[in-house]
Parts: sequence; C-alpha cells; structure tokens
Amino acid sequence: MRILLPAVSLALGLGLSTAAADEIWVSNEKDDTISVIDIDTLEVVRTIDVGERPRGITFAIDHSVLYLCASDSDTVQVIDPETGKILHELPSGEDPEQFVLHPDNRHLYIANEDDAITTVVDTETRKVIAQIDVGIEPEGMAVSPDGDIAITTSETTNMAHWIDTKTQELFANTIVDQRPRHAEFTHDGSELWVSSEIGGTITVFDRESQTEKAKINFEIQGIHPDRVQPVGFEMTKDGKHVFVALGPSNHVAVVDPETYEVTDYLLVGRRVWHMAFNGDESLLFTTNGVSGDVTVIDVAELAPIKTIKVGRFPWGAAYRPTN
Amino acid sequence: MIVRPIAKYLVILWFCCSVAHAEVSVTIGYLEQVEVQPPVLSNLDPVPENEGLSGAELGLKDNATTGRFLKQFYSLETRIVDVGGDFEAAARELLALTPFVVVKAPKNKLLMLADLPEAGTAILLNAGAPDTDLRNESCRANLLHTLPSRAMLTDALAQFAVRKKWTDWVMLSGPNPKDEAFADSIAGSARKFGIRMLESKVWDVDADMRRNAFQELPLLTQDFPEHDLLIVADETDDFSRYVPFNTWEPRPVAGTEGLVPAAWDRTVEQWGAAQLQKRFVKGAERPMRPVDYAAWAAVRAIGEAVTRTNQAEPSAIRAYILSDDFELAGFKGRPQTFRTWNGQMRQPIPVTHGRAVVAQAPFEGFLHQRTELDTLGIDEAETACTAFRE
Repeated sequence: MRILLPAVSLALGLGLSTAAADEIWVSNEKDDTISVIDIDTLEVVRTIDVGERPRGITFAIDHSVLYLCASDSDTVQVIDPETGKILHELPSGEDPEQFVLHPDNRHLYIANEDDAITTVVDTETRKVIAQIDVGIEPEGMAVSPDGDIAITTSETTNMAHWIDTKTQELFANTIVDQRPRHAEFTHDGSELWVSSEIGGTITVFDRESQTEKAKINFEIQGIHPDRVQPVGFEMTKDGKHVFVALGPSNHVAVVDPETYEVTDYLLVGRRVWHMAFNGDESLLFTTNGVSGDVTVIDVAELAPIKTIKVGRFPWGAAYRPTN
Repeated sequence: MIVRPIAKYLVILWFCCSVAHAEVSVTIGYLEQVEVQPPVLSNLDPVPENEGLSGAELGLKDNATTGRFLKQFYSLETRIVDVGGDFEAAARELLALTPFVVVKAPKNKLLMLADLPEAGTAILLNAGAPDTDLRNESCRANLLHTLPSRAMLTDALAQFAVRKKWTDWVMLSGPNPKDEAFADSIAGSARKFGIRMLESKVWDVDADMRRNAFQELPLLTQDFPEHDLLIVADETDDFSRYVPFNTWEPRPVAGTEGLVPAAWDRTVEQWGAAQLQKRFVKGAERPMRPVDYAAWAAVRAIGEAVTRTNQAEPSAIRAYILSDDFELAGFKGRPQTFRTWNGQMRQPIPVTHGRAVVAQAPFEGFLHQRTELDTLGIDEAETACTAFRE
C-alpha cells in the first residue's frame, strides 16, 4: 500500500493520462458539455465544456482525437482526449448533427440537418472536399466496412441515400418508413440497417441490390405502438445481438440479426437515444435524453446494472480505450 | 356550362395517369377565400396575409425534395379570392387543373366547393376551418381535414385541466359566431371530461363603446363563483389579450388566451419540430401558425401518398391516405393518420402559453381502445358523419 500510494497520486497529478480505466464519452445536447464516464468505477470523472448543442460524437480510429458535432456552433470540433482541450475546428457546413468517420481515418461524412446536404471533410487538410444534395433533414450516417459506400438518411424525405465514396455521388435512394434516424452496416458489410423513429421499424437492406430484405417491428406490452420509436442501435461484433434504443418507450430492444426477431426488451432511462459498447462489448452504455442519465447494460446477462447521472439531454456516446 | 369543365378535367386526369408508370407529375392546388377581419381592440398581432399559403409552399418544397430522387414532380397552383370575389369560378378553374386542392375558406364556401360536380372525385383538404360539424353532420366524402376541429382543441384543454384537477370553470365569451362556436365546443368538452362549467358570460362590446377592458374586466369577473380556471372564448382575438391579470380573482386564463390549445405554435420544438420551424421562418420570415401547419400537412399528405404509391390518380391517393399504411411524421412525436369515419387527421395538440409548450395532449390516463389520439375530437362511435361509409 505504502509503495503504491505515491504512484497513485503521481497518476492523479498528471491528470488522467496514466489512468488505467477505459472511458465512455457522452455528449450532452442541452448542457454544451461532454461527460466522461470511468468504465471501472462507472462514475463521471470529467466534464468538458464544448461548443453549442453537441450531438454526434466519435473518436479517430486510433483514438488520438475526438470529433464532435457542435450543431448550433455550425462546426465539428476536434478535441484532445487527454486534456479535453479543443485543438481546432473543422468546416462542417451548417448545423452538423451526426457524422461517420471513413475507415481511411481521414474523411468525415457529415449530415447537415438544416441544409439537406451531406458534407465530406478531409480531417488532414481541414477542407471540405464535397457536398452532396440529399433529402430534407439528413441525420443517420453510416459507412460500409470496406469504405466503398456511405449512407445518409433524411428524416423528412424518409430515404436512405447511398453515396459512392469514390465519386462522392449518389447511386441509389431507397424509401424507408417515417423519420429515419440511424443507419449502420452489419460488420460483414452485407446489410444496411436503418431505423425509423415514427414508422416504428428497422428496415434491413441487402447491400448489393439495395433492396429491402427484412423489416423489424417492435411491440412492448402496455406501451402504445406510437411510443415505441427506434432511434440509435449498435451491433455486437460476434453477430449475436443488435441493441435498439426505442426512444420514449424507455426500453432497449435486443434483436437477433440472424432471424430479425426481437428476443428481449430491457428497461432503461427516459427517451433512450444512442449507445456505445465498451472495448470487449461486455457492457453497453445508453444515453437517456429526458432523464439525463446513462444506463449501463450487462451484455452477457442482458440486464441493466446501473444508472449514471450525466448532463442535460445526453445524446451520443463513444468508447475510448486508455491503454 | 357544366359539361365543358368536366370534359376538360377528364382530359387532365387521363394525362396525369398515363405517365404515372415512368414519371409522376403532381399539381396541388391552393385555394383561399380572403375573409373580412372584424375590428379588434388591438392591432398588435394582425393575421399575416400569406397565412396558409406559406405552409403549402413549404410542403411543396418538402415534397419536391423527396420527388427529385424518385422522378416525381410537384407544382403548386394558387388561387386567392379577395373579399367579394368569385370563389366558385376560382374553384372550378383549379379543379380543372388538379384533383388535389388545399383550401382555406369558411365553412359555407368549403361546402359549396365540395358539392361542385367537378369536385366529385377530387381530394379537398381543409386547412382553415375548425368547425366541428364539417367533421360530423356536414361532412363530405371528398373533404379531408388537416386542421384540428374545435372539439379536438377544447378536448385537449379539458384533458389538461382534468390532469391538473382544475375542474371548476367559468367562461367569458365574445359575441361573434366564431366565439360562440368556441364557447359551445368548450361546453361540450367540459361535459365530456366531467368538468363543471359554473357560469358563462358574454363580453358585450356594443353595450358601451367607452368601456375598456382594463376597467371592465375586474367588474365583469367579480361575481363569478369560486373557480379554478377562467376560459376565454374569443377566436376573433378582440378582448382576450386584456383578460390575464385583470381578473377579480387571481386565476389562470385559458382558451383563446393564456393557455391555448392549437395545431401548432412557434414554441413547439421537440421531435425535430425545431427544423420545421427553421425551414418555415426561412421562407415566410415569420413564425409558423396553425393554419400554416395544416396547409403544410395537407400538401405533405398528398406527397406522402404519391411517394408510397408512385401514382397520382385521386381514387388511389384517397384509398392510400385512408388506409392503415398511411402515416405522416408531423413533428409532434407520433405518426399522424386520418380518421376513416370523417377524414380528420389525427394529431397531438400542443397546449402552449406563448413562451413555451406547457404540455401536449392526449395526456396519459385518457385511454382509448384504438389510439389515445382518438380521445380528442369526434370518435367513431359518436360520429354523425355517414359520407365515409362505403
């Protein structure tokens, strides 16, 4: 103990650079902050001031920097995760809401909600390299694992727009149910999943043909279907589960990606929005907008184990390994 | 006289549908009868001239953006009839161009339009008249409503009051027919939700022209029995702005002033509404009003049906709009559909106080076997509308 103590205080003295615990970073939409959760203690260890209305949040592939959509500041902020300092800002187009980082670790595809545009930014030169006209209120962003296709979904146009990342042009537009919110490719890249908040469904597309392959419906006993509103979702790498945030129904659905069947519903905080896994995918952290907290779900047990208070209207979450 | 317009109409119809397989072109009409605004005590908030039209224009833009990706093309044909103008002629003109017409007009004009032979297979969307009987005994099969009925609005307010346990009401209503209609609707909602209407008075502007609201209101409200809520029924927007804080008893004011139920308000910002508000303000340079919202929803409903069916034939569009498959994301947190028994668009009703949304109806605890949205307005079991029965 006596020997360890100085080491601990040294670590604290240096900030968190040598702390062992991995972290979950949460953007708080109505607080203009990020809450950093220590995954070992499941407590908020840092609160970082950022730009206005922070929403989309993602780390560089090597986790060297954090990218954050500061929607009302009309910029993407690049943040040093060690110090929490804003290093610089990227041109993002107006009102960036959500984005996705291309597997090349260099190009960000950004949904500009107010302008019906997807902006492609080179994070190295810090220049906009393309702007693509999409439907009204673009929000959901995805990129295929091989990087060939980027997706924008538009909330009022109710479409998934398929972008060829070589030409930065649309090559397909597919209709989904009302108010698409989030899109993800499966880890093998063969399918695209799109959630529709008001439609209450997830549409699964075959990537090759861009045709609808399956539609997933949700039904929770005692909750009116209108309130079961799929928003963010995450897929486990082992292909066993897809976790779907169901908004104001305050539940997360567990979907079997083989059969497209819902196997379970887990009660979380109010208006559950997005989520992130820890490194080994043993824990899932959901952002609950209305209750202003994060629910921690044990993935093996499929059970919520803790609620962590964060800022006002937590929106997105991202995992950061520290070792 | 009648034969010629029909023939013309059929030609247009044939043209529209013959191209439906490849590309779809849809013309949506916007028809408005300008009404005389009665004089009011204050001119602080005039009704904007482009109320309604601005909503339709935004709806068209939204449709066109979607259509661009699907080879569907939209255009808007507008006819605005001045006070004393020939509404019927304008209506016939529009119906010769398109079967889809969004209308902002008073009840008698709406019914005249709906009963024109040229309108037989048309889809008319009422975005301006809140009269409940248009959704009830006076309903027409070719007339849908995206503006909530008065009954929906006053039911929303009644549900709110029940939730707050503010169930003793008194009412002050204006002398205009619109004010009376609102007062009647309030009385109906009070009965429906078990609220006691202890006393009603009419604000009589004719009695003494020297009166002013500031002096008059404490006197007028002095002998009201003990109550929780003072309802003001003044759709004309004449005296109601002077009621809050001028009452004898310190009681909240609701109805057309204070706490107001409406299809839309500039304070609605949840569920992505902030984006719709921004888009609207960009074009109209003013906040979106309920009639703008209803016109937007009407144009979007047609657009949504065209998008999903990939055709523009009115009978197919009507069938789709009234089917279970139709839903519109109307930025109020729930899918908006149409009631099959009277053509009214189901929708949540925000209850606001001008600076913020206080709450949104339907409220938890008001249950319905189909959807809680049907606790607002005329339900299937009580409808007197038979035109929608096939």
